[in-house]
Amino acid sequence: MGLNEKPLSTLHEKASYDLADFEVPTGREEAWRFTPLSRLKGLHNGKAEPHGKVGAVAFAPEGVRVETVGRDDERIGKAYVPADRVSAQAYAAFEEALVVTVPKEAVPDESVSIKVKGQGGDGAAYGHTVIVVEPLAQATVVIEHEGSAVYADNVEFVVGEGATLKVVTLQEWDDDAVHVSHHHAQLAKDATFKSFAVTLGGDLVRLSPSVSYTAPGGDADLMGVYFVDAGQHLEHRLLVDHSQPNCKSNVDYRGALQGEDAHAVWIGDVIIRVEAEGTDTYELNRNLILTDGARADSVPNLEILTGEVAGAGHASASGRLDDEHLFYLQARGIPHDEARRLVVKGFLGQLIEKIEIEEIRERVMNAVEAELAR
Amino acid sequence: MSTLEIRELHVAVEDKEILRGVNLTVTAGQTHAIMGPNGSGKSTLAYAIAGHPKYTITGGQVLLDGVDLLEMSVDERARAGLFLAMQYPVEVPGVSVSNFLRSAVTAVRGEAPKLREFAKDLKNGMDALSIDPAFAQRNLNEGFSGGEKKRHEILQMELLKPKIAVLDETDSGLDVDALRVVSEGINRFRASGETGVLLITHYTRILRYVKPDFVHVFAGGRIVEEGGPELAEKLEAEGYEQYTKASA
Repeated sequence: MGLNEKPLSTLHEKASYDLADFEVPTGREEAWRFTPLSRLKGLHNGKAEPHGKVGAVAFAPEGVRVETVGRDDERIGKAYVPADRVSAQAYAAFEEALVVTVPKEAVPDESVSIKVKGQGGDGAAYGHTVIVVEPLAQATVVIEHEGSAVYADNVEFVVGEGATLKVVTLQEWDDDAVHVSHHHAQLAKDATFKSFAVTLGGDLVRLSPSVSYTAPGGDADLMGVYFVDAGQHLEHRLLVDHSQPNCKSNVDYRGALQGEDAHAVWIGDVIIRVEAEGTDTYELNRNLILTDGARADSVPNLEILTGEVAGAGHASASGRLDDEHLFYLQARGIPHDEARRLVVKGFLGQLIEKIEIEEIRERVMNAVEAELAR
Repeated sequence: MSTLEIRELHVAVEDKEILRGVNLTVTAGQTHAIMGPNGSGKSTLAYAIAGHPKYTITGGQVLLDGVDLLEMSVDERARAGLFLAMQYPVEVPGVSVSNFLRSAVTAVRGEAPKLREFAKDLKNGMDALSIDPAFAQRNLNEGFSGGEKKRHEILQMELLKPKIAVLDETDSGLDVDALRVVSEGINRFRASGETGVLLITHYTRILRYVKPDFVHVFAGGRIVEEGGPELAEKLEAEGYEQYTKASA
């Protein structure tokens, strides 16, 4: 590197709208090495027949615009450029996009609800969603996924100056569903973005939430919980790209795994580029492995290319239930299974309680209880 | 009247024998102090009786009213009426004190307490031990000071009303005020005369507040001397040196 050259990131430098720019992954690539390609049902190699049926319906409070638009709508692809093969496949193949707009300074009373439902059957479906929160507006969006599907999609969150967007995305698919999704948030000056991902269902879910900043003052908070059962592959790949000064990010994902071949993957990439002085970032992933035969891969990557950061850290810990916790509770008469439930609920509950919509919070807690009772 | 009988108890940790034949009987209404130098096996006795997985029983019996506790799981022992106040209560993230206590009381009593009654018991118990009511909403032992953890252990003992309570160095790390509060709790608990207390301690200080009926000196993994309260005074004056030499 010459003295006049800026150091470049080694992470995620490839992005393109053109499917042909991405080779079919073999499984040896860094981005694909944890994903069981054979279970993607052809989403990654062009072999999926595009006749799957997935319906997306949006319910919006007054003052929020919901439109279904064609591929040529100029708002599509502005915030996000596909970053991997399946994302580019989804971008190349979707037929209609959902565009939700929260107008400038609007503060709707209720949240926007998007229900995505797989109708089963063979074949893949593709989707695209754009959610625009205009300057100084504040909105909450809940995206729910359920049913049976082979589904790849991209979601763009465009958060305007001084605006706040809170997103809860629930992956409660049927056991046979395959879902590969990119969620990209682009934050303007002083924008706030909070996302909470809950992934419980599906045979294979690969969710890649990413954040970029277009001006200083942005603040992103990315949280998530997952509960992986026997045979499930639940993968979360986070990327926060700090390219502007004085922005913040915080990532906290927690998961519990139980059963044979339950597999969780968490990748947490944070890039702090040369220009991003004064960045404050922290990322954390914790996994609780409840039984033999379950596996958690957790890989935090923090790439710092400037010497002037306010704070930068990461932590990852995967382990079994603490015997001392169980002993303490059992020594007070609480039976082993209940002690285990209390400890796991406590572990995930500390994050779940940060979901601001009470109804969703309770639903997620109940879903975790149901998982533990299995 | 409940009785805890420890008969010829041998306990090992990772193949190393720690307890070498402990015999002791605690009957309801009695308070027994077990005193001894560090490393003598006092805490091992407490945890082995409670069933901590780290300790392997290599011989002997522990009977509560004639039933062998060693055949039971940890939680069964607690439900049978055994309580262990721990020296280092563990922090459990995300589990609130009130949720934990309600689960414990429900398990031990075999039915959920009436909500209003439980709230009253909890409030009275916390008041008596000078515990801030806000603790009920905090995570179990998380960020508690040493003294707060010990008071919280005594609170649990008073709520669960065991037949036999084993207190493992409950006095360690307490200042005089906290020691007094904790001792009052222990005295309230044993005032009924229907419960037995096995008080494990390194120091004689707590015995000025909680008067024992019997004192046992523990060294080298067994009881090496027994007597009444006067034995504690002798230890206060002479220390453990004669016992550590003898067992070495």
